[in-house]
Amino acid sequence: MNYKIVAIAEAVILIAVTVGFAVYSMYSTDQPIRLSGAGATFPAPLIQKWSAEFKDMTGVQINYEGIGSGGGVKQFTEKTVDFGASDPPMKDSEFSAAPGTLHVPITIGGVVPIYNIQGISKGLNFSGQVLADIFRLNITKWSDPRITTINPGVTLPDAAIIVCHRSDSSGTTKVFTSFLSDESATWKAMYGAANVINWPSQTIGGKGNPGVAAAVQQNPNSIGYVELSYALESNISYGKVQNAAGNFVEPTLETLSAAASAVSLILPPGDASWASVGSYFNLHNVEGADNAYPIASFSYILVYKELNVRPGMTLEKAKALTWFLWWAIHDGQHYASRLSYVSLPQAVVTHNEATLRMITFNGQQVNDWT
Amino acid sequence: MVNKSTIGHREKTMSQHKKSQNFLSKLKTNLKKRFSGDSVFRTIVALIACNIFIILGLIIFKITQGSWLSIQTYGINFIWGTTWQPFPSNTNTPPIFGALPLIWGTLITSAIALLLGVPISLGIALALSEFAPKNFNYVISFFVELLAAIPSVIYGLWGIFVLIPFLQNNVYPHLQAALGFLPLFQGTIRGSSVLTGGIVLAIMIIPTVSAISRDVFAAVPNSQREAIIALGATRWEKARIVMRYGRSGVVGAIMLGLGRAVGETMAITMVIGNSFNMFTSLFEPGSTLASIVANEFTEASSPPVYISALMEVGLILFALAIVINASARLIIWRSTRKIKEVEMF
Repeated sequence: MNYKIVAIAEAVILIAVTVGFAVYSMYSTDQPIRLSGAGATFPAPLIQKWSAEFKDMTGVQINYEGIGSGGGVKQFTEKTVDFGASDPPMKDSEFSAAPGTLHVPITIGGVVPIYNIQGISKGLNFSGQVLADIFRLNITKWSDPRITTINPGVTLPDAAIIVCHRSDSSGTTKVFTSFLSDESATWKAMYGAANVINWPSQTIGGKGNPGVAAAVQQNPNSIGYVELSYALESNISYGKVQNAAGNFVEPTLETLSAAASAVSLILPPGDASWASVGSYFNLHNVEGADNAYPIASFSYILVYKELNVRPGMTLEKAKALTWFLWWAIHDGQHYASRLSYVSLPQAVVTHNEATLRMITFNGQQVNDWT
Repeated sequence: MVNKSTIGHREKTMSQHKKSQNFLSKLKTNLKKRFSGDSVFRTIVALIACNIFIILGLIIFKITQGSWLSIQTYGINFIWGTTWQPFPSNTNTPPIFGALPLIWGTLITSAIALLLGVPISLGIALALSEFAPKNFNYVISFFVELLAAIPSVIYGLWGIFVLIPFLQNNVYPHLQAALGFLPLFQGTIRGSSVLTGGIVLAIMIIPTVSAISRDVFAAVPNSQREAIIALGATRWEKARIVMRYGRSGVVGAIMLGLGRAVGETMAITMVIGNSFNMFTSLFEPGSTLASIVANEFTEASSPPVYISALMEVGLILFALAIVINASARLIIWRSTRKIKEVEMF
């Protein structure tokens, strides 16, 4: 008897849930416009914040999945999402596989060296060459003359350096090692630049920014690298890095913005290949970059110039998508600094405006931009 | 007289027999009427059960298919190689994959886990089955099972923020001072290291090993206990007899614990230091088969052989897990059968 009641109750609940869900999904898919995006994890919190605000404003629902830059490019190329997102720009081979791709920089990331040395707070000076030598275990002690000569007046301990790095495949590693490769020929020959590096053994790998930060905080005399926003938000010492002009620059939202302004002079048009921009801003031959932090890069949204290539795209959806992107590079930027993201300098916004004006649906320009 | 009575008796039994037969067939038809859905139900359940084979088969097929490229490219060198270089610095050279440091890391961390976890687990199991009063028994069992219910990522977080600082400051320096003459405990002390990984795994296998061992000990027939007590044995001697009796079952429990340790991913990734390293000291960072997949699979997209290599790591792990689990089942099955046989007499 009891069993019967339980069974009937279960069946009723099951049916109710199923029917309820079906009705809900029918009802809800019919109503609002839905857009989907996938890609880099770094800008995911920002894009998700934008989605929430944009939905409150317009009712358009945007689903963004932070699956990693590689996955983002893949899904974008396969046209299974309305927009992709990637930290590095597409490589030439990727760009030719997805003709008509527009690169829209939406925010700026920076990689900063962090360390844990007793009695020394933030602001230690590093050069690219010194960082490369430390991370390849060629400089093994903090008291090495190569470090002390660029840090006059600082007494560094005669202690072995413990090197920490990202263990997971990460764009942060790619940006950092691209910088090291450009600064040190030895680094380039031995380790190169990639999401995953064949690090020297004896170095500690931490999963994600928190993993690296924890490894650095727990091991005295250690060094590591994390995303700028993570360094700013956690109580951890981080260093200055020497830029192409020879200045030691502290990583801040302003110095990253300065780097983006400087690079905006040499940006390719939105519908060209952006491979030349590289994994980070190489400002060696750029004027006016005296105050630019040297390890900075854009994070991009990828969108097709002609939106009808995406199956299921309608004029309504195309309008919503371009509106969202336009809003994101203008008003959306106000949310950036609140989440410790760097907002785009005006020069880059202007560049993006020209890019977004290229978007069409069935050959017609989607929105009347004013 | 004698004949008559026997005939009568025979008739009587015959009619009784008929009656009972009648009754049985009636019951049968009755039952059939009531449960005509039985056979249908049986088929459905059997089909559902067969899904296990389909799922397992598909997994094996898919992983093997995925790792085929890597198997073809690297062959046996995949297992002996000690270099893991998905993106060589010279972009014209092909990637190199060798999984030996991963296998090494997996085996050593699991061995540490067994070394530390098994004595504690056996202590718990013996206390529960031989010594503890019943109320206490419930409480301990509850907490041990609670340990099993904690998600592994929580063990990882606890490992990073509580265990590592504690071990690094209060335990490892003393350990090195005492045992530093062994190569195992030499070198710079690091919190995120192979030893920490092994300790976290040890804690994680305790619930598995202790729960199964407790059941094994509980299955030891009381006649054994009574016999040894009758001979004037102490409680410790009784416990020893129980342990010897359940020996093979305990081995099975340990193997299941080993299976868990070998396959553990999240917690170990967070504490082991993730260095591709043929370590000789336990204070060095290392990597395991499971941790490298967790670390690198999410963004592994471009050379196809990279994904294939990670799949092959998964295949090795899968093979290891199957061997361990199968031998555990075999051992447990043999031990319980032996105990049942003894109980019958």
